[in-house]
Amino acid sequence: MPLKHVIRSAVGRKLFMAATGIILFGFVVAHLLGNLSIYLGPEGINAYARQLHQLGPILWIFRLGLIGAAALHVLFGITLTLESRRARPVAYIRKKHLRSTLAGRTMIYSGLILATFIVFHLLHFTFRAIGPQIEMLDGGVVNVYRMIVDSFRQVGYALAYVVAMVVLFFHISHGFASLFQTMGMNNEVTLPWMGRMSRIIAVILAAGYVSIPALIFLGLVIK
Amino acid sequence: MDLTLHVWRQKGPKDKGRLTTYKATDISSDMSFLEMLDVVNEGLIKQGIEPIAFDHDCREGICGTCSQVINGDPHGPQARTTVCQLHMRQFKDGDEIYIEPWRSRAFPVIRDLVVDRSAMDRLMQAGGFVSVKTGGVPDANTILIPKDDAETAMDAAECIGCGACVAACPNGSAMLFVASKVGQLAKLPQGRAEAARRVCTMTDAMLEEGFGNCSNHYDCEAACPKGISVKFIAQLNREYFMALPKGHKEKN
Ligand code: HEM
Ligand code: SF4
Ligand code: FES
Repeated sequence: MPLKHVIRSAVGRKLFMAATGIILFGFVVAHLLGNLSIYLGPEGINAYARQLHQLGPILWIFRLGLIGAAALHVLFGITLTLESRRARPVAYIRKKHLRSTLAGRTMIYSGLILATFIVFHLLHFTFRAIGPQIEMLDGGVVNVYRMIVDSFRQVGYALAYVVAMVVLFFHISHGFASLFQTMGMNNEVTLPWMGRMSRIIAVILAAGYVSIPALIFLGLVIK
Repeated sequence: MDLTLHVWRQKGPKDKGRLTTYKATDISSDMSFLEMLDVVNEGLIKQGIEPIAFDHDCREGICGTCSQVINGDPHGPQARTTVCQLHMRQFKDGDEIYIEPWRSRAFPVIRDLVVDRSAMDRLMQAGGFVSVKTGGVPDANTILIPKDDAETAMDAAECIGCGACVAACPNGSAMLFVASKVGQLAKLPQGRAEAARRVCTMTDAMLEEGFGNCSNHYDCEAACPKGISVKFIAQLNREYFMALPKGHKEKN
């Protein structure tokens, strides 16, 4: 089938949403595992950061892939949502949500907040355009550990990251289950527990991410 | 029992429409919801008021014509029940009941609670059929069908084309309706032959008719009077994915 046709089709675009969603989800998992190296102290996370940068061109291939996936995900997310909005020009005066969840109905808002957060996050830790003074280690590399700890001692930064990760919880709690349906992998056996599994996975991911700014701000464990 | 009804009144497709409040008095709990509306309408006629227009035909839950959103729930509060099969014992004395039409761009309101659902017919024309050469009746069981497949196809075939799934969907998507047709026909050897083309033409038609896109909310399954499972939507997505290499090559 011509690609043009797949992109015009609602079901075709959902397949793209799912494929790019898998890529973004994979990144979210891998990024968390990397970040958890902060629990190994300054050596842990600084070694992780150094290793990552030694990947050189491979790191760039991953970055470009992620940017591409994120761009398609945002573009189709917006067009699909706008089309669906147009499908009900006159709203109900009374409407019950029989099965749908708040997380599911607000995917576009959680998504757009995440997009804003990603820009903020890149400015903060990747381009270091914002945030506290950076300390350099021997050999001209950034002391990533200090950068993170100094940032999250400030209530504004800690709060922004915690809020963003709660939003991530909402997006994934619907998105993960949605993936399986869109990819056509559901049946009467998987459907009853898919929603619950999705929420559990979203809680684990969000809790993992939230733990870092929360503990640093409270001055516990990571000092 | 006595009830207060808030009914959507709309003179025609161009009229803006508004909720109007009526009293329904001395309603028996054994009446069906439509019988209750018949009683209210008789009262309105006596007062010289236009009766409330609503769709109905079989009144036994098989034609899919009755279409009302009752207190925000398509076909009302009882699960797996059409409006015509809904009885007043589901309500209690003094209840306030909001009655609205199916709301979807693809289903323009003709009058009051009556909507034009010909978009569903056009979805069917886009591929909800099997092209067979008619001739003599074939012998029974000349094509063997595994029992599980036959039963799954029958589950999907329960759809009565009422459109409650569209009415319930936050996106106004007709995905459950289309999935029931795609799922039913793809499970049977006679329908399998055209499965790839069907899933493509029917999903395209959904977009053209102005239905929204499925976001996997599953309100459709909860509203469906026949309990059609959203597993058929997963199957539709699977069929579409498998059709990607061929699909439109066979168009026309
Ligand atoms: C960390 C980043 C993100 C992850 C892990 C992620 C993951 C996902 C997943 C797995 C889905 C389900 C796809 C499906 O239904 O098959 C989804 C849906 C969606 N995403 Fe994202 N997403 C992310 C960022 C964003 C952003 C930045 C936007 C901005 C517009 C966005 C908007 C949406 C929308 C609107 C949907 C629902 C589409 C629909 O069902 O109609 N997402 N996301
Ligand atoms: S799937 Fe259910 S709700 Fe939708 S048209 Fe068929 S019977 Fe009605
Ligand atoms: S009138 Fe036929 S299904 Fe209700």
